[in-house]
Amino acid sequence: MNRRVVITGMGVRAPGSLGKERFWELLSAGRTATRRISLFDPAPYRSQVAAEVDFDAEAEGLSPREVRRMDRAAQFAVVCAREAIADSGIDLDARSPHRVGVSLGSAVAAATSLEQEYLVLSDSGRSWEMSPDHLSPHMFDYMVPSSMSAEVAWAVGAEGPVAMVSDGCTSGIDAVGHAAALIREGSADVVIAGATDTPITPIVVACFDAIKATTTYNDDPAHASRPFDGTRNGFVLAEGAAMFVLEELTSAVERGARVYGEVSGFTNRCNAYHMTGLKADGREMAEAIRVALDQARLNPADIDYINAHGSGTKQNDRHETAAFKRSLGDLAYRTPVSSLKSMVGHSLGAIGSVEIAASLLAMANHVVPPTANLHVSDPECDLDYVPNVAREHHIDTVLTVGSGFGGFQSAMVLTRPKRANA
Amino acid sequence: MSVITGLGVVAPNGIGVKAFWAATLAGRSGIAVLDRFDTTRYPARLAGLVGAVDPAEYLPARLLPQTDVSTRLALIAAEAALNDAGVDTEALPEYDMGIVTANASGGFEFTHREFRKLWSQGPEHVSVYESFAWFYAVNTGQISIRHGMRGPSTALVAEQAGGLDALGHARRTVRAGTPLVVSGGVDSAFDPWGWAAHLASGRVSVVPDPATAYRPFDTRAAGYLPGEGGAICVVEDADAARVRGARVYGEIAGYAATFDPPPGSGRRPGLRRAAESALADAGILPQDVDVVFADATGVPELDRAEAQALRGIFGESGVPVTSPKALTGRLLSGGGVLDVVCALMSIQEDTIPPTFGTTEVPAGYGIDLVLGEPRRMRVDTALVLARGRWGFNAATVIRNHWKRD
Repeated sequence: MNRRVVITGMGVRAPGSLGKERFWELLSAGRTATRRISLFDPAPYRSQVAAEVDFDAEAEGLSPREVRRMDRAAQFAVVCAREAIADSGIDLDARSPHRVGVSLGSAVAAATSLEQEYLVLSDSGRSWEMSPDHLSPHMFDYMVPSSMSAEVAWAVGAEGPVAMVSDGCTSGIDAVGHAAALIREGSADVVIAGATDTPITPIVVACFDAIKATTTYNDDPAHASRPFDGTRNGFVLAEGAAMFVLEELTSAVERGARVYGEVSGFTNRCNAYHMTGLKADGREMAEAIRVALDQARLNPADIDYINAHGSGTKQNDRHETAAFKRSLGDLAYRTPVSSLKSMVGHSLGAIGSVEIAASLLAMANHVVPPTANLHVSDPECDLDYVPNVAREHHIDTVLTVGSGFGGFQSAMVLTRPKRANA
Repeated sequence: MSVITGLGVVAPNGIGVKAFWAATLAGRSGIAVLDRFDTTRYPARLAGLVGAVDPAEYLPARLLPQTDVSTRLALIAAEAALNDAGVDTEALPEYDMGIVTANASGGFEFTHREFRKLWSQGPEHVSVYESFAWFYAVNTGQISIRHGMRGPSTALVAEQAGGLDALGHARRTVRAGTPLVVSGGVDSAFDPWGWAAHLASGRVSVVPDPATAYRPFDTRAAGYLPGEGGAICVVEDADAARVRGARVYGEIAGYAATFDPPPGSGRRPGLRRAAESALADAGILPQDVDVVFADATGVPELDRAEAQALRGIFGESGVPVTSPKALTGRLLSGGGVLDVVCALMSIQEDTIPPTFGTTEVPAGYGIDLVLGEPRRMRVDTALVLARGRWGFNAATVIRNHWKRD
C-alpha cells in the first residue's frame, strides 16, 4: 500500500487578517500586522510588541457555552477546522467518523486561561496555596491540553485517532506531518490537522523577556520583526491558527476535490545541544531537509521556494541560512527564501501550520511572499530573501522548515501533484 | 517489528523496575497523604507520591535549577531504561536514536513558581528557564540533549491515553527506519495549583482511607486517585536489537487509538473499537489474549463501560483482567506505560498481578478480575488499555518475543 496524502482545505486565523483570502492579500502586499500589545498593558515588559488576531468569537459562530469552556487557542482551532472543512467541500457526514482523525499542534496551549485561573486562585499572586472554593470546573482542561484536540474532534465529528502534538515551535509542521503518517499507514482516511497558539499573555511575554529572545523595537512596532536583516534583535510574539483537511490522494481525486498540494516529505531531527540555543552550523536542520527531500524523491534543484523559519533572532537566522547552504549547496543562493514572521510574527506552535497555509497559497498563486522589513544586509545572511516586495515565480515545490526550543528541527516538502504519472 | 529492550520506572510504589514489580505483586502501595503543602482545606488529600528520590544523586547539578520535578523523574527513568537495555548511545549513530514522550501537565510546579514570581514580584524575576521548563516537549528535548540522540522525535498529549500513544508512535518511528526510540511518559503536578487542577476533574475520590479510596471495578468505587511518575522504555527494531545481542522483554505487536462519539450522542464509546483494532493490527484473535490490563478508572459509570467493552470482545469472564493502579494512582501520561511494564513483567514471570483494593465486583460486569493474590499462569500476550479524559482511547498488544511450547 502506497497511500499518498494531499491537502484539500484550509482555515486560517492569522494576525491582520481573517480567512485565507485576506491572509494572502496581507502577505502578497508585504504588509505587517505587528503592533503594540493591546490584549494587556505591556508597559512593565521588556518587549511590548506582538502580532494579534482581532478575533470576535461570537461573530465566528461560537456559542456562549463554547466560549466559556474553551481557551482562546481552542476557539481559534475550532473555527479554523470548520472553515477548512467548508473550504475543502468534503462531506464528513457521508463518511464513517471512525476513519476521520485529528492532529492538533500547540506549544503553550491554554496559557491564556491558565493565567486567568491562576490570578483568581492565587488572589492575584498573593498566595502560594490555593483556595479550592474558586476553582473553575475547566481548570483540569487547561492544565491538560488534549482537551483542545478533543474540542476539534467534537467540532468536526472525528472518532478515529485524535492526537495532540506539542513539539514547541515546530508543533505546526509536526502535527501536519503526524496526520500524513496516520493516513499513509491506513489508520485514517481524512485527518483534520493544523495548529493553534495564543501566547500573548503576561507569563509568556515575561518568559521570553527573561532570555531576551523577543524584540525591543517597542517604538516602531510595525517594523519590529526583521528576519535576516542586519538590525534584527529578536522575534515578535504572535497568535494564530491554521487547520487543514488532509486526505488520501485517490479518494480526494475521486470526489473531484481541489488539491492545494501533496505532503511529499516530512521529518524532524533534534540538535541535542541546548534547550534554547542553536549551533551556527545548521547541521540537524540540514539533515531534516535532506531526508524530507529523499522521501519526496526530489533533488535540491526541484525546490522552487523555501518558506523559512526566519524568526528574526540573531542566532536563528544565521543557523537557518547555514542549514540551507549545507543541505542545498550552491542552489541555496538561487532559491527564493522568505519569512512570514516579518509580517505576522511568531505564533510559536501555530506558526508552522500558518506557514504551510502560506506555502500552499504561494504555490496556488505562483507568488513568493516577501520578507518585510529587510533593508540592512547581514554578511552571515547572504541568500535571496525576497526583500519587501512579493515576487512572481513558478512554484511547484515548496520546502517549509521550523526550528524550536528543545532542539527540534523540522522540514516538510509540499508539491503540486502532477496530472499524470504523479 | 518493534521490541522493548529496556525499562525505566519511577513509580509511587517503586523506583526501578525490580522494586516496582516486587511492590506490585506484594501489594505495597505508594498512596499517601499529600503533604508538600497544607492540604487540609481540600476535599481530597490522597495521591500516589514518588518518595525519597534525591535527583542530585542521579542528575548533574546544572540540570536541577532548570527542570521541574516531572522532568527530573523523566530523565532518571530514561537513563535507567537505556542502562537496562545496555545501550551505549555514543556507539550508535546520532540520527538513529529518537525520543517520543507523552506529557499531560508539562513542568507544572515549576511554572506555578514562575507565575507567582511574575505576579508577586514582577516580570524581571521570571526565570530564564521558564520558557522551556514548562512546555510539553520538555522531556523529549532534555532526554535528547542528555543522551546525544538526534533522530526523529516528538511529544504527544492525550491525558491518560498518551503513554500508549507515545509507544505506538515509537513503533511507527521504528518502522519508518529509526532503529531505536526512547519512549514513555512521566507527569507530576502536585503543587497547590496542580492539585487544585486535578480536583477540578471531578473524578478524584474523596474517600480518606488510602486502602479504599481508589477501588477500580468495585461495587463501592468512588473515583480515582491521581499519581505522579511513570515509565520510559527503549523501543528497538527487532533486528537491530538482535544484532547487538539485547535482552528482549517483549514485542509491541499491535496498537490502535480511537476517539469517543461526542458527549450526549448516546452511541457506544470507542474503547472496544480501539481494542479490536489493536488485536487486528497484531493479527491475533481475542482468544489469543492471556490478560488485559484495564484502564480501570474507578468511576462506576466508566468501569461499567469498560467491563461492557471487555465482555463484548472476550465474552462473559472470557479473559483475566487486572489493574494494579490502586497502588500508584492514575499517572496521566505515565499510566499506560507503567501498565505496559507490568504486562512485560507478567510475560517474563508468568504471573498476573492482582487488582489491589478491589474486593467485590458487581455481578453484572461479567469480568474475571484478578483479585487478592497474583495469579500464576502462562502469559504470552497482553492487551493494555488506556482512556484519556474527553474521549481518548488507546490499546496496545504486548507479546512474548520468544516462541515457547
